[in-house]
Amino acid sequence: MSSAECAVTAGVRSRGPLDEESREWLRCLAVPAERERALARLHVLLLRAARAELRRRGMSSFVEGREQDDLAHQAADDALVAITGKLDRFRGESRFTTWAYKFVMLEVSVKLGRHYWRNPPVPMGEDAWDRIPDRFGAGPAELAESRELAAALRRAVTEVLTERQRRVFVAIVVDGVPLDALVAELGSTRNALYKIMFDARGKIRAYLVAHGYLDPDGGVP
Amino acid sequence: MSGWQAFGEFLRTDPRDVGCERATEVLDIYVDVVIAYGAEAAGRRFPGVAAHLRACGPCGEDFDGLLAAVTGTMS
Repeated sequence: MSSAECAVTAGVRSRGPLDEESREWLRCLAVPAERERALARLHVLLLRAARAELRRRGMSSFVEGREQDDLAHQAADDALVAITGKLDRFRGESRFTTWAYKFVMLEVSVKLGRHYWRNPPVPMGEDAWDRIPDRFGAGPAELAESRELAAALRRAVTEVLTERQRRVFVAIVVDGVPLDALVAELGSTRNALYKIMFDARGKIRAYLVAHGYLDPDGGVP
Repeated sequence: MSGWQAFGEFLRTDPRDVGCERATEVLDIYVDVVIAYGAEAAGRRFPGVAAHLRACGPCGEDFDGLLAAVTGTMS
């Protein structure tokens, strides 16, 4: 935002050692006469960031063309709503634009998580277990070891995880469902599912160490 | 790294890991520290966030995107 459009004036509430640009954003968003124009300019930045982020994630998201642009608009719109609703929580510990762009990234993740279910991959069923070693980079020379790994993992999942942990772990690790897509499906939060995965990883690792598949320090026996 | 080793690394958990909620709260600050002082400095200031970003793919993706957005506007 140029200083010509929105000059810094006295009376802006101090939120710490703000850089000049962040101070200007806050002042413009607080002044009724300038707020609408500031919001429009902010939306332009958010939309540009959303488009760039969707392009950056393009290879993994499988969203292209018109659909990608629709998602960018949705992410920018929802980010702007979140930003205006939380403006009083901005404490000036980062640049204002960094704080604002964060909401775009979060919205892009949410949109892609929901979008995944519009055209999900066909489930691989029982074969999915056998493909886990491939996904962790096991080569053909490790075939016997890979089968052993898949079988040990399956036993661990069955024997040590709770039902909830098993459902989340299998969806993410075995079926390859992105965590944000699982969040959308289960109506949960990223933090809650990550915590479930965190605990599940620890339990499975302890099982594999106890049964001699992994060394306690992480190496292979 | 063999398939076993890679899988063992995936299973390894870091007790400093703060989780997605806390990492998201400070992600903008973390990114600005990375830009101003480097990744090591950010890791020293927020060791639990650094541990989380190493382990959580989605939050790591948000971090990469935010860093790209901010540095893109600065360049």
